[in-house]
Amino acid sequence: MARAVTPRRKALNTALAWAIGLLIFFPILWTILTSFKTEAEAIASPPLFLNFDWTLENYAVVQERSDYMKFLLNSVIIAGGSTLLGIIVAVPAAWSMAFVPSRRTRDILLWMLSTKMLPAVGVLYPIYLLFIRLGLLDSRAGLVVVLMLINLPIIVWMLYTYFREIPGEILEAARMDGAGLREEILYVLTPMAVPGIASTILLNFILAWNEAFWTLNLTAADAAPLTAFIASYSSPEGLFYAKLSAASTMAIAPILILGWFSQKQLVRGLTFGAVK
Amino acid sequence: MATRHFRSTARLMMAPAVILLLGWMLVPLTMTLWFSFRRYLPLRGGDLGWAGFDNYVRFVTSGAFWPSVQTTLIIVGGVLVITVALGVVLALLLDQPIWGQGAVRILVIAPFFVMPTVSALVWKNMFMDPVNGLFAHLWRFFGAEPVAWLSDVPLASIVVIVSWQWLPFATLILLTAVQSLDREQLEAAEMDGASPLARFGFIVLPHLSRAITIVVLIQTIFLLSIFAEIFVTTGGAFGTRTLTYLIYQRVLESQNVGLGSAGGVYAIILANIVAIFLMRIVGKNLDR
Repeated sequence: MARAVTPRRKALNTALAWAIGLLIFFPILWTILTSFKTEAEAIASPPLFLNFDWTLENYAVVQERSDYMKFLLNSVIIAGGSTLLGIIVAVPAAWSMAFVPSRRTRDILLWMLSTKMLPAVGVLYPIYLLFIRLGLLDSRAGLVVVLMLINLPIIVWMLYTYFREIPGEILEAARMDGAGLREEILYVLTPMAVPGIASTILLNFILAWNEAFWTLNLTAADAAPLTAFIASYSSPEGLFYAKLSAASTMAIAPILILGWFSQKQLVRGLTFGAVK
Repeated sequence: MATRHFRSTARLMMAPAVILLLGWMLVPLTMTLWFSFRRYLPLRGGDLGWAGFDNYVRFVTSGAFWPSVQTTLIIVGGVLVITVALGVVLALLLDQPIWGQGAVRILVIAPFFVMPTVSALVWKNMFMDPVNGLFAHLWRFFGAEPVAWLSDVPLASIVVIVSWQWLPFATLILLTAVQSLDREQLEAAEMDGASPLARFGFIVLPHLSRAITIVVLIQTIFLLSIFAEIFVTTGGAFGTRTLTYLIYQRVLESQNVGLGSAGGVYAIILANIVAIFLMRIVGKNLDR
């Protein structure tokens, strides 16, 4: 709600908010700027802000030397695959809990949430061992399954809260008109739920893209996504700031853009409906 | 209204999600519990038999345990204090009418979308490096001796990095809560002569208490298991070994699976204690 404030007060608030906003954003901005410098300019003292020779060279070198596209592709497959698989499993479950609730629905929902709280490190070795035995270590398929499972509670919850907002009378009306379960879900529910499903996909894609426990521990050269690729820069080999920046910028840019669209879903998805 | 057939179909549709999560929970959990009672050293003889509670005792009596608990508490506590305090301030500021509100919001939220390995490496190299980091340039500019952040004040450095990542989350949730504040009550208090501080203390803060509780609980659960930030900055050196990192080292680096699994069981119990409080709030909300 907009309130009347004096222009002076508004100007002051604006200046303060922008100053803090830019300060918080600065590390990202600095990374992006550095990615366009040469390695010498990247460590120049005093630091160069805009007055350097802009170059795209780092991006070319990162791709050439490290096969960046492979890691990008792994990230897309792992994040996309786990999200889609999760949606396929979660839509029927969320539909069932939202529209045909039983006495146990509440407990099931809370139990699902509790599996999300299981600390990953507590089950690290069992998963590691199972991956070795099943030949899944350093495979994209294995990570798709694990990331699907760790995000499944969030997907079910988000879909559940979206479905709950759809008036049940509409479904009943469809049933009266003779729609079967399949028609009901396909032609009545799905079109109304598309925005909610899209938001759920968006947020979970972001979470899976940035996941950095299982991706670091269960991959090596073949299935490593961008999180693991970037981590490989942690061992210093000479001057590498500009290249690190270029690799980082490429890894975060798509998600930053998607993230801006998902601000509202972030609250819903990560507080499980506890904050509205 | 709904027929029995209809109901059982609905139950069936829940089955895949329930079975998958049940398997995901029970199988590894049972294995961890089992290993925690074994002397299990995959690289030094394999499974050497029943160990009773030996692993549990050895895990808490080893010299690394209490420091790791302390480190965990400092990191979780430090990040919570910083993100909640700054989050409240930022939420109140962003709630004010300002020019370019949407743009500022985007700037503030952005760090949340940066993958943990990128933010850790960017901070480590480009800001905290004692020779080429931006802070080192800044320190030299003011004639001070540059600080080797991650080895001299490692915990504070990691708290800064992780706070930067989680501030957007706290701000966004607190902002959502601030926006549901009753404006008329605030204006009435203002007309009655309540100072800004009194209005904050008696109206705004109590209104935010629920949202703050939720931020604290959810962040605690995620912060207890931060990994990548330590993995790429210090690798657990300089006293930055958290409980999570200690267990990781026992299990994968030194391959003492029995000992690490006992630690894992402790971590699971700890996370569940926090989770119970969170579930209560979430559960209450479901009933409404």
